[in-house]
Amino acid sequence: MRGNNVMGIIFSNLHEDLISELTEKRIMGAVPFGGKYRLIDFPLSNMVNSGVNKVGVLVRSNYQSIVDHLGTGKAWDLSRKRDGLFLLPPFNNTSEYANRLTTLNSILPFLKNSTEEYVILSDCDTVANIDYQDIYTRHLQTNADITLVYKRDQLPAKLHDPMVLSFDARGKVIDVLVNSNISGSCSFYMNIMLIKRELLIELVNKCISKNTLNFKRDLIQAEYQNLNVYGYELKGFSPVITCMSDYFNANMALMQEDVRADLFNSARPIYTKVRDDMPTKYGLGSSVKNSLIANGCIIEGEVENCVLFKGVHIGKGTKVSNCVIMQDTKIGADSSLSYVIVDKDVVIKDERTMMGLLSYPVYISKGSVV
Amino acid sequence: MYPKQEVVAMLLAGGQGSRLGVLTQKLAKPAVPFGGKYRIIDFPLSNCVNSGIEAVGVLTQYQPLVLNEYIGSGQPWDLDSMNSGVRVLSPYQQVKGADWYSGTANAIYQNITYIDRYNPDYVVILSGDHIYKMDYSKMIAEHKAHGADCTIAVIDVPLAEASRFGIMNTNPDGSIYEFEEKPAKPKSTNASMGIYVFSWDKLRRYLIEDEETEGSSHDFGKDVLPKMLADGQKMYAYQFQGYWKDVGTIDSLWESNMDLLDPNVPLDLNDESWKIYSKNPVVPPQYISETATVQNSLIADGCSISGSVDFSVLFSNVVVKPGAVVQDSIIMPGSVIEEGAVVQYAIVSENTVIGRNAVVGARPETIEDKDQWGIAVIGDNIKVGAGAKVAPKAMISKDVEGVE
Repeated sequence: MRGNNVMGIIFSNLHEDLISELTEKRIMGAVPFGGKYRLIDFPLSNMVNSGVNKVGVLVRSNYQSIVDHLGTGKAWDLSRKRDGLFLLPPFNNTSEYANRLTTLNSILPFLKNSTEEYVILSDCDTVANIDYQDIYTRHLQTNADITLVYKRDQLPAKLHDPMVLSFDARGKVIDVLVNSNISGSCSFYMNIMLIKRELLIELVNKCISKNTLNFKRDLIQAEYQNLNVYGYELKGFSPVITCMSDYFNANMALMQEDVRADLFNSARPIYTKVRDDMPTKYGLGSSVKNSLIANGCIIEGEVENCVLFKGVHIGKGTKVSNCVIMQDTKIGADSSLSYVIVDKDVVIKDERTMMGLLSYPVYISKGSVV
Repeated sequence: MYPKQEVVAMLLAGGQGSRLGVLTQKLAKPAVPFGGKYRIIDFPLSNCVNSGIEAVGVLTQYQPLVLNEYIGSGQPWDLDSMNSGVRVLSPYQQVKGADWYSGTANAIYQNITYIDRYNPDYVVILSGDHIYKMDYSKMIAEHKAHGADCTIAVIDVPLAEASRFGIMNTNPDGSIYEFEEKPAKPKSTNASMGIYVFSWDKLRRYLIEDEETEGSSHDFGKDVLPKMLADGQKMYAYQFQGYWKDVGTIDSLWESNMDLLDPNVPLDLNDESWKIYSKNPVVPPQYISETATVQNSLIADGCSISGSVDFSVLFSNVVVKPGAVVQDSIIMPGSVIEEGAVVQYAIVSENTVIGRNAVVGARPETIEDKDQWGIAVIGDNIKVGAGAKVAPKAMISKDVEGVE
């Protein structure tokens, strides 16, 4: 049965500066991942799989690629007469979307006109298959005003304004630190929260009226003591993408069986826009080991520890290992690539050699000819 | 009032396809999976869309559930327009009674109302059991240029095989003077592909006339076309060049799948200008493990391969476990080949499990009596037990007990 009184809001433009190579020509939510997906597919599919029927996607600028990807929302079952997908660009200019709070302020009419009691907010920088239904159930059980999704781990070095939480025995938030110099394992906020819609409107109004515009400091840190704020720990595969190396490692993690079982849980599938590619063709004399490969590839060379997106060609005598190769990139014959992230529509000619390092993968930008 | 469509296509998809045995036990032949991610009907449907035909009637009769569900709104083929698109036409009850479709011509006759509402000039008749890529608009253009009443697509077949087909004998200008159904001594090698273009006013008249003819079997090939020829209507052959295969038998279905692995066969499914559309399952990319070896094969998304796969076509969500061997075979969606199992020269239908160390089919060179050899076929949702042996040419519709 569909519908569970929760609506969704996705911030698709945030944290782009952290992986500026990949976001030069697209926004965070449109960054390709895992052979056939874009980062927005994960929060969007999680919402749909949790019974959320109404999702607003906030796009600030350069959103052609995400508009093209999302279309009417059909691939996520969100092309509907009642509710469905709402693309929410700024009404007038991008300064309205200067930060999280002003962005929410400028979509207040959308929030006010909705009827769902709760809102789940998410960014696009975490790759995870999350059951939001479980967060919702816990939210009701704890009678929380706000549930903050967190992860217990080393703080990713480049995470923007990390917010570290402490809890009492029941999971209630008793301390909030923003941007502190914590080392070692801690519970940091994942930019995913569940909140009553009317409370969100009230808090946004309050912050705007006081001109205190930092979401973490002025909305969460300033208010948590007056409210029932609980944490929800994210377990399982859920990397945050805060740099190129994170991006590379998160792709490579897909070679692990338990990671695939978790992320591609068939009971909660990840939806994406489909293309009518033929199945992948493995040629005579090709060799493929430990790789994740999407439809539409033609492989005549050697592939090891790689993620190949739709429509990639690997020529005869070519060896690619430890690479992420995006959609429709064609690699000629007798080339050799190792630790390279190759963006879409790249042509790599015959007899080219490129070597990166695990700690520093080489990146080749969209549409290049090498 | 529907906007006029110059061309309406009618796709005959009601046949049982009994020669495909267990593969068509629960679904109509056009719904049989093909080529790693398609169903046979994707080919004529995609050809229609790519040829600019916007109204397609699909005539169903035998086991229509899977086919109906698959076609749905027609969205995967862009055939979900407001006033046109694909319509599934099943037999229905009328004031004067209820009839099944008694023949190919009768099926069209019973749907004259559907065709009439588009007021078309031409009607294309297609069948749902052929694999080919064809631009019907070129055939229609030739039909117009000839001022023909009926144009029949033909393909040049080897003389030795001509006696298996309906042969069109033509004058040098392409006009047909004689049909011969499966002639013992063929005069030409122009085999009918079962694709007809008719001028609708003519066909409409002949369908009504044929319906009223006592003793008619209401079949295009046996009744309507011979009658039109006898009446001196202008009938032309349209020469098609390219890949075309009737996949009505186990052998031809297997061969046609294997043709996709042959770079010399002119059937390119990767051609951007003539895509074959299909409904895409929601599955992750395929994973090829450290222990896998894959050679000359087509593998679809959702598969997980840890064994050895040679010269085979694997549909979505197939699992080949470590030590399993799949050679010269077709494995349909969701089937699992367990550790140590060997599958050779076989077609395994959907969601079937081939148990540990089981052996299915055999290579032809290992069988002395060639009459005993053939493609082994395993139906859907079947369990072949551990260590069990399924002989070549077998057709399995029930679970096979293990011997371990």
